[in-house]
Order: sequence, then C-alpha cells, then structure tokens
Amino acid sequence: MNERVRGALRSPLTFSVLAGVVVGALFLVGTGADPVAAYTAVLTGSLGPDGIGATLTTATSVLGMALALAVPLRAGLINLGGDGQLVLGGITAAVTGLYVPLPGPLAVALALLAGMAAGAGYAVLAALCETRLGVPLLVSSLLLSYPAVSLASYLARYPLKEPGSSLPQTRALPDGVALASFGGSTVTVGLVLVVLAAAAYWFTDRRTALGYEIRMTGLNSRFSAYAGVERRGLTLKLMSVSGAVAGLVGAVGVLSFPYRFVDGSLTGPGYTWTGLTAALLAAAAPLGTVVASFFFAVLQVGGLAMERTTEVPRELTQVLQAVVIVFLAARLRLPRRRSGRRKEVV
Amino acid sequence: MFFDADLLTSALRALTPILLAALGGALCERAGVFNIGLEGMMLLGCFTSVATCWFTGSPWLGVLAAALASAAYSLILAVGAVTLRGDAVVLGIAMNLLAVGLTSFLLRTVFGVQGTFDDPALAGLPLVGAFTPLAWLAWAAVAVAALLLSRHVWGLRLRGVGEAPEAAATLGVNPAAYRYGAVLLSGVLCGLAGAQLALGNVTLFSQNMTAGRGWIAVVAVMLGRALPVGVLLAALLFGLAEAAGFRLQGLGLPQQATDAAPYVVTLGALFLTTARRRRTRSAPGVVS
Repeated sequence: MNERVRGALRSPLTFSVLAGVVVGALFLVGTGADPVAAYTAVLTGSLGPDGIGATLTTATSVLGMALALAVPLRAGLINLGGDGQLVLGGITAAVTGLYVPLPGPLAVALALLAGMAAGAGYAVLAALCETRLGVPLLVSSLLLSYPAVSLASYLARYPLKEPGSSLPQTRALPDGVALASFGGSTVTVGLVLVVLAAAAYWFTDRRTALGYEIRMTGLNSRFSAYAGVERRGLTLKLMSVSGAVAGLVGAVGVLSFPYRFVDGSLTGPGYTWTGLTAALLAAAAPLGTVVASFFFAVLQVGGLAMERTTEVPRELTQVLQAVVIVFLAARLRLPRRRSGRRKEVV
Repeated sequence: MFFDADLLTSALRALTPILLAALGGALCERAGVFNIGLEGMMLLGCFTSVATCWFTGSPWLGVLAAALASAAYSLILAVGAVTLRGDAVVLGIAMNLLAVGLTSFLLRTVFGVQGTFDDPALAGLPLVGAFTPLAWLAWAAVAVAALLLSRHVWGLRLRGVGEAPEAAATLGVNPAAYRYGAVLLSGVLCGLAGAQLALGNVTLFSQNMTAGRGWIAVVAVMLGRALPVGVLLAALLFGLAEAAGFRLQGLGLPQQATDAAPYVVTLGALFLTTARRRRTRSAPGVVS
C-alpha cells in the first residue's frame, strides 16, 4: 500500500463517510432492522437495473445544485438561497415554454436560457445585498429564498394554474417543448448539460487564472485581496454563475417529466441541501463534487428501495448525509499511529 | 381597526420562540461562537417536547425533555467548534440538516406517521394570562441576560472571551469553559423555543415545523447586535410581521404573500440597520 492510498484512508473524508455508515447502522439496529440487508437494499435499489434510471435523474438535480453551491464555496462564499434560485429558474422556464410561440427545440433552448437568467439575476440580488448593503451573503441569500418560493407557489396556484385541475400546477408544456430523454427512461439531456457544466467548472478551476483567483480567495481572502483580487466583482461573478446553474436545474426539472411546473416538486426533494452537503463534503473540488453528488443520489434513491424492502424510513439517508458532514466539519480524523511505520517511508 | 390589542397579542405569541432562540444565539455570539444551528436545535426541541408530552401526558415534562435534548444536541457544536476547532458555519448547517432528518425519521419510527403528528390527547401548555409560562419566561430571560451581560462577572468574562480570548486566558479565565456554557445555554433556550412552538403556539409536531424561524433568530441576533434588548426588538418586528400577515390573510391576501412577509420585513430591517450603522460608524459591528 503506497503512501497516497494510506493518506486517503486516513483522511477526514474517509473517516466521515465511514462514521456516517456506522452511525446509520446503529440507527438500523435501534429500529430492529438488519443493517447489512438495509445497506444491500440501498445499493441494489439504486444501482440495479430498476433503480439506475432514477438515480441518474436524481443525480442530475443533485449534481446541478451541488455545482451551483460549489462555485461560490470554492471562494469561501456560502449561497444558501439555492431553493429560491431553483424555483425561479423553473417557473421562468415554464412560462417561457408555455407562452413563447417558437418551434420545439428553439423554445427549449430559450426556456433553459430564461431559467438560467432568472436564477442568476436573483442570486446577484443576494450578492448585491452583501457588497452594497453589508448584509452577509449567508443570510441575504437564505432570506431572499423564501419570497421567491412563495412567489412561484402563488403563480402555480393562481394565475398560471391548469384550469380544471385540483393540483397546484401549471398547464403541461406544448408537445415538443421537452428535453430529449434516453430510451424510455426519465434520464434527459439535462444530465449531459449538468455534466458539461461540471467539466467547465473543472477546466476553470484547474486551467484558468480565474479559477486560481477563486481558490486563493477561498484559502485566504485577505491575502488574495492584497494580491489584487477584486472581492466585490468576484462575489457578483461567482453568484451569477451559481444562480444560473441553480436556474438551469429548475429549468431542466420543468422541461423533463412531468413537463410542467408543479408547486413543491423542485424544492420538496431537498436537492438544494443535498447539493450543499455534497459540495461541502468535496470542499467544492470539481471532481469530488461529482463523486459526492452521485454518492448522495445513490443514498436518496436507495433509501426508497430500503423503505420498500426493510420498512426502515427513507429519512434515515438524510440522517446519514448530515452525520457525514458533522464529522467532517469537526475535522475529526483517524488517529495517526505513532509507530515507526512513517519513518520507514520518509 | 387593523392595529389593535389582538394584533399585539398575537405578535407577542409569534415572537416567543424566536426570542428564546435568539437569546441563545446572542449568548453564543458574545462568547465568540457563531451559532447558526438554532433552527435544528429548535426543531429537535419541538419533537422531543411533543413525544415526551404524549408518552407522559405532561407538557411540563415535555418542556424539560426538550431543554435537555437540545442542550445535549448543542454539544455537537461545542465539541466540534470549541474543542476541535472545526468550522462553526458548516457544523451549524449540518446540525440543521441532521435535525430535519432525525425528527422525520423518529416521527416515522416512533409514531408511524409522515408529515404531521396531531392527537387530541396531546396536552398543550396552559395559559397564564394571555400567554404560556414559557412566554413570560422568555421576557424574564431578556432581563436576566441583559443584567448578566452588563453587570455580572460571568457575563463580563463571557464577553471578554468573545472579544479577546487570549487576553481572557491570560487573566485566568478559561475561554473554552465559557464557550461551552454559552453553547449549552443556547441549547436549553432553543429547546424551550421548540417546546413553545410545538406545545404553546400549536399542539402538534409536523415535519420541519420551525420553517426558518431559527434562521430568523440568527438574523435577530445580527439585527439586535447580540444585545438582549436589541434581540427583543428584532424578534418583536418579526412577530408583528407574522401577526399582520395572518390578519391580512383574513382580509383576502393570498397565503403565499403573507408567508413571505416576515422574511421580507426582516431583510428590510437588516438593510436599514446596516446602512445606518455604516454611516454612523466605520468600525465593524459586534457581529462579524
């Protein structure tokens, strides 16, 4: 075993994930369930042939929101307004899709762009609260999220409500205004878009001066300010990208099944918080964020399978996610052995 | 009449949970621990109070259990942020998420229901005058906290620990002990806040029933500059917004508009105070 592998095993990350799994097992035992059977159900239910489609669909939203939150997090900014940016993107895409008389593919492209613009605009509003008015981003983005969710809910329940339906939802988008899906599955081109966004983030982070500035700001904001990074401009830039990605996730959600804006369907599954958890777990590193998002999508979908086969509530997976982050935030790590082993390597 | 005694009474009812949680947040702030886990601690208090009250039949035991459970929960923040020097913001966020998951999980496993647990046998807190005893306690706590922080040696040391931990340590004050105390007290107060919300304002538990009140409390700490009386005024503002929202809903305004009102009002107040503060003083405020 080389030093790198050993280092990875000893890292706080590995410890946190393991601790999460162990705490989850304790909960399972506490409720009288068999942990091995439950975890097996999580894995087979999410990665097996019946579950992989759902996992990839969930991963689309989780990865999207994780990216949206990772981009500012890389510079040490926490955007807690993901829900607001997400639903504004969704409702804007729905309105565009419903009322713009364009052929299908053009309407889809326009709806995606409109969703991104709406999310970006709203996120910039939160950023302006910090840079112009001195209200911390953490608080301004979160507080702004509630009115946005309420507004979208109002629109879906009153002016845009599908006539004759008892559900709080808009009319279905016209035929052809939808993202293409793979085979008969619910996985759409949205997954490709989100993965492309992740690739763009990776490239920016690793290969561009901007990516370097962002990372430096995250590591030491005073030093980077001294070195000439313009903090206000960077905040606005990062938040607009963050909001645009969140808006994209909302638009993708509307342009996929059930092809309309349903009140609560975008915020209900908690993609924003799962995404934030994934971004935190990976310390906003691009590849890590992708891996962590997929891990949490597996947990979320597998949780449903676990609930079906073992009757353990699916909320257990939510507990697991949070436990992993609690351990990570406390920077716990496996104790280093004090034996002479390390000396041999050195 | 739109502004009448009833409106004030319901505003005072709405503000109680926020006030209790925000006082806890203010103590932590003064001790130099940024506590944004108030929401999660409160939610855990809600569930514990309802569960204990249902099993024992006593709302008082529910209140006690909520205070103890939230205090125990707050140890996560104390150990993580004070002893292990972890990131308090990330810990707080994780604690909020954990509380949502944990209470939903327990709601399913203990009561076998999803969403809301509501039982006619569940006893709410009695009223003393127009308010629950916890509401009276909350106002008393404002006075106690104000005196403690301005007059008592414990409060002065707590502030010293928050403002200059090295200097405090040099004088023989153990910063970690004071920070643990502040965090644990915030846990107790958040537990009471949760009990008030679940057994006082209503008599039920529903998933994620704190619905951002813990975050409003965090904002109230900022608005009130971590001063007990300031926090009281900030919480009053929120209570008025919530009560006025209910009133307007009765007058035909859609529920979504009134749901959003407290957050918009809070944000507006935050703009006004930070803008004014920046004009009058160039030094950063109490809250970093």
